[in-house]
Amino acid sequence: MSTPSTLLAVKGVTTFYGKIQALRGVDLQVAEGEIVALIGSNGAGKSTLMMTICGNPRARDGSITYDGKEITRLATHEIARMRVAQSPEGRRIFARMTVLENLQMGASLDNLAHFAADSERVFALFPRLKERIHQRGGTLSGGEQQMLSIGRALMARPRLLLLDEPSLGLAPLIVRQIFDAIRTLNREEKLTVFIVEQNAYHALRLAHRGYVMVNGRITMGGTGRELLEKPEVRAAYLEGGRH
Amino acid sequence: MNSPSDSLAPTLDTQPEGEQLQNEERIAAAPGEIAPPSPRGDLAWSAKEALIAGVVALGMFTPMIGLLTDQNINNEVILVTRWPLLAAVVIACAAGRFAIAYFIRPYLAAKRAAPSRPVARPAWRATVSRWFPVVGTILLVFFPAIVLYTSGIAGSIKWVDNFGVQILIYVMLGWGLNVVVGLAGLLDLGYVAFYAVGAYAYALLATHLGLSFWLLLPLAGLLAACWGVALGFPVLRLRGDYLAIVTLAFGEIVHLVLLNWKEVTGGGAGILSIPKIGLPAIHIESYVSLFGMTLPKFAFFNIKFDASPEGFAHLFGLPVSSAYYKIFLYYLILILAFITAFATARMRKLPVGRAWESMREDEIACRSLGINTVTTKLTAFAIGAMFGGFAGSFFAARQGSVFPDSFTFIESVFIVAIVVLGGMGSMIGVAVAATVMIGGVELLRELTFLKQIFGPDFNPTQYRMLIFGFAMVVIMLWRPRGFVQTRTPTVFLFKRKAISADMVQEGHG
Repeated sequence: MSTPSTLLAVKGVTTFYGKIQALRGVDLQVAEGEIVALIGSNGAGKSTLMMTICGNPRARDGSITYDGKEITRLATHEIARMRVAQSPEGRRIFARMTVLENLQMGASLDNLAHFAADSERVFALFPRLKERIHQRGGTLSGGEQQMLSIGRALMARPRLLLLDEPSLGLAPLIVRQIFDAIRTLNREEKLTVFIVEQNAYHALRLAHRGYVMVNGRITMGGTGRELLEKPEVRAAYLEGGRH
Repeated sequence: MNSPSDSLAPTLDTQPEGEQLQNEERIAAAPGEIAPPSPRGDLAWSAKEALIAGVVALGMFTPMIGLLTDQNINNEVILVTRWPLLAAVVIACAAGRFAIAYFIRPYLAAKRAAPSRPVARPAWRATVSRWFPVVGTILLVFFPAIVLYTSGIAGSIKWVDNFGVQILIYVMLGWGLNVVVGLAGLLDLGYVAFYAVGAYAYALLATHLGLSFWLLLPLAGLLAACWGVALGFPVLRLRGDYLAIVTLAFGEIVHLVLLNWKEVTGGGAGILSIPKIGLPAIHIESYVSLFGMTLPKFAFFNIKFDASPEGFAHLFGLPVSSAYYKIFLYYLILILAFITAFATARMRKLPVGRAWESMREDEIACRSLGINTVTTKLTAFAIGAMFGGFAGSFFAARQGSVFPDSFTFIESVFIVAIVVLGGMGSMIGVAVAATVMIGGVELLRELTFLKQIFGPDFNPTQYRMLIFGFAMVVIMLWRPRGFVQTRTPTVFLFKRKAISADMVQEGHG
């Protein structure tokens, strides 16, 4: 807890899968109204950190505070009720339910009080979803599923939005659409976003600040622009063509 | 050369096989062809396949069918041979294999090779799926009247009781389990345990305390729901196969407890002479004066279905017959089943129902949306068990006796099969599957004419499991997701509109 504007603070968090240590003492902060990107290669522990913030798996050591409250030991659904919305890795939309039902599930917290207004907001952000409103989630294309996953998270009126690899497996044009949408949300609604990405170039250009994770540890941090210009980052994550 | 439908090439009979095939291909390819000849496979290859099948069948069935150990009059084990039966089975296998190789496979291949046009869903199917529930409900309501009209009072008992009531019990059980398996996606192989809890709750409380069915019905449901939660707690962390095994064990535990706790349940002898259900009625007992007004004081009582002067038949001036009780039971279980259906349909649209369905789809996503999966699972188990308990207490009252053997694993399998065959989560599908499966068993008893073919010892009900196994394989091949494969969405932003089938079918992302 450094400044009062810190929304999410992760301190010395370690996470294990059985005997395997996935996180080896992670520290990072996300301030209110900020987009923070976490980049790293496969198996670095990015998604594990994301899941640990959500309480599944729990951190073995260290603490996670959100809005000044300790959430390290809370259950996933209790964390979600504090308006931390997540678009998990692999999208995890409800395949047999329609687009509208998926969005409805996102709005369960408010008992659908703002459903009409919030769904319109999601459709304004992702017009493609409105075209497919009564279609089953499983029949959507990958990009549409990602939009739905983010849209569903937004239905909960989050203060903090956690995005796990929103660009995974998507065409560059769709990636741009999704990143534009995230930027719009942040600028117009001051939504705080924590994004985990392998697509380092796009993520760091989008983010105000970024962290680099290697082998379960944060090795570097700084503004997005700084990180983009660091030779180590360029060598490890950006060489081999811009996306 | 036995191809009866091969009228197009009648003169080719004496030609060698290969040439005939070529000729047939030529004919098929000829322009101006009106009806293409049905395709045939390679005769030599088909014969070889048939021979192999026959040899395999001979090897397999010789010990199973050809040889039979029996006891003779001196209590010695003797070996009986049944060569004609063995020959019949082997020939049937070979002939079946030949038919598949020579007729069916080429036909399917040709069908697959033919250019397939996307066929619009015919309009009649939409009409059927729209009107089926309405027509089905009307039919169910008037079923006893129809039966009374066609088979008379005495003849109606069999149809109303063996078919109507029996099927409706399973419809209700299917709908109850549908909450757990179809909506919440928790594979429960021990559902019969809750059925048993309901049945024994009614049987014990009614025989020992003499309480009325109408009081014990909700109580039995409540008790079963408690057991549902009791089962739910230990299995909270389990999913899929592991959950199925634990629930299976739970069902067996309940069965074994009923069998062995003789002091309470009576063990294998069961509980007998369980009171019947009476028709609830109100009469004016007396009048009381309150603030100058004369108010009637009501008393509740049950009209019994017996031959006594206060019984139903005497009261309504009807001839004494057990048919009235059966018809009353029929309407009672119909109402109970409809309550189950209505409650489930309503709950699907409530937050708890949405949570069930989304939990079936993805538990992790569910939790990340703020849904407490612990309470969601427990409510699914509790509600499903409650309906099982209702059905159980009805079953006990209807039978008049309960035995542990009514609640074996095979009953659970039946109920799960009904839900899976019907299409997970579909109410109509489950009802259709229950009718087909349970009605099918009862119909087997009716097939007495088979005795004239297979001899007086032939009992078709002995083959019910064989027929079922076969029917289930066929149904699952034909409709892998059950009779009703589509799921009705619970929310529409605009007006409810028909959604084309290709949009709601399962897809790939």
